[in-house]
Amino acid sequence: MAAEGHSPMEQFKIEPLIPIHIGGTDISYSNSALFMTFAVIATALLFWGATRHRTMVPGRLQATAEMLYEFVAGMVKENTGVEGMKYFPFVFTLFMFILFGNIFGLMPYGFTFTSHIIVTAAMAVFIFVCVTIIGFARHGLHFFSLFVPPGAPLGIAIVLAPLELFSYLIRPVSMSLRLFANMLAGHVLLKVLAGFIISLGVVFGVVPFLAVFGVTLLEIMVAVIQAYVFALLTCIYLNDAIHLH
Amino acid sequence: MPQFDPSTFASQLFWLFVMFVALYWIVSKIAVPRIGEVLEQRARVIQDDLDRATQLKAETDAAVAAYDKAMAEARAQAYEHMRVMQAEMKAVADKRTADVAAQVTKQIGEAEARIGVAKQAALDSIKGVAAETARDVVAKLSGLSPDAGAVEQAVAAALKEAR
Repeated sequence: MAAEGHSPMEQFKIEPLIPIHIGGTDISYSNSALFMTFAVIATALLFWGATRHRTMVPGRLQATAEMLYEFVAGMVKENTGVEGMKYFPFVFTLFMFILFGNIFGLMPYGFTFTSHIIVTAAMAVFIFVCVTIIGFARHGLHFFSLFVPPGAPLGIAIVLAPLELFSYLIRPVSMSLRLFANMLAGHVLLKVLAGFIISLGVVFGVVPFLAVFGVTLLEIMVAVIQAYVFALLTCIYLNDAIHLH
Repeated sequence: MPQFDPSTFASQLFWLFVMFVALYWIVSKIAVPRIGEVLEQRARVIQDDLDRATQLKAETDAAVAAYDKAMAEARAQAYEHMRVMQAEMKAVADKRTADVAAQVTKQIGEAEARIGVAKQAALDSIKGVAAETARDVVAKLSGLSPDAGAVEQAVAAALKEAR
């Protein structure tokens, strides 16, 4: 157990805080669930505080909330058009959830629930299923024309259609892996570099310390970018379902 | 890797579902309507202000145009007034000049007539004085007493010659 304590993978361990078992299924409230709760509470507090005293000229908190709102709203409108705006609350929720999940994970003693493939995969598969349902609901069987490149001759279309279908089906995999791998790699890198500080001592430990400092800044950037990418891909997939090509 | 431990999947999925639904409710029922309302209200206020500014500008332009028009009218009226007054005054002045000129001409005529009369009277009196003087001169020089009629005739002839 002592050796495992220094493993870079130790930080991803799911630890039940409140054990709950229902019908033989373990749904314990774990550190992962705790940080999901933090993300929800942080988002709720941000928006509650920002919209408590709504003013024409916004204060700092209100301006922050408005900036986030307009950023995501702009992204949805730009990528899916006006018809996509009814999915804006979902994309906004997704963005805030992943953003706070990633950022809280970077704090000392933090846990990153987005570094677990099951969480990212669940979100990606949910989006994939929803997009497919929206596509068939809006266009019926015509939705299959998404897999035929527009303007391609029949011969090429026959070759390309399976590729298009494959790229469509692989979407949830690439989407979930991207977020999961980014978070995993960043946290492992930080942990390994931080381990070097201890093993190299006070004098030479300065080098990995500076490296950890730099990588932490990089990881904050990655945390924001990955939340943005996840939301942006959701918009692009929604656009496919709404407008086909 | 703890990520591939399936015994934790159920709890992660369960809490992901619970938390995501909770957050979706907060975002869609509280955050989005409230922020959307504020943004919409702000856009409306700005639009209203812009509209009012445009309206006020139009009103100002109209007022300026009306002012310019009134100014031009007043100026034209003043010019017209001045022109009429000038013409009237000129007529009065002309009339008075003519009256005065006529009166002066008349007075000059009268004066000239008076001068003529006085001159005639003077000439007549000169004739008598000259005849008397001539008779006195003749009497003193020659001791003769000429006939008054002859002297008068001679003086009249002499005066006529001198003239």
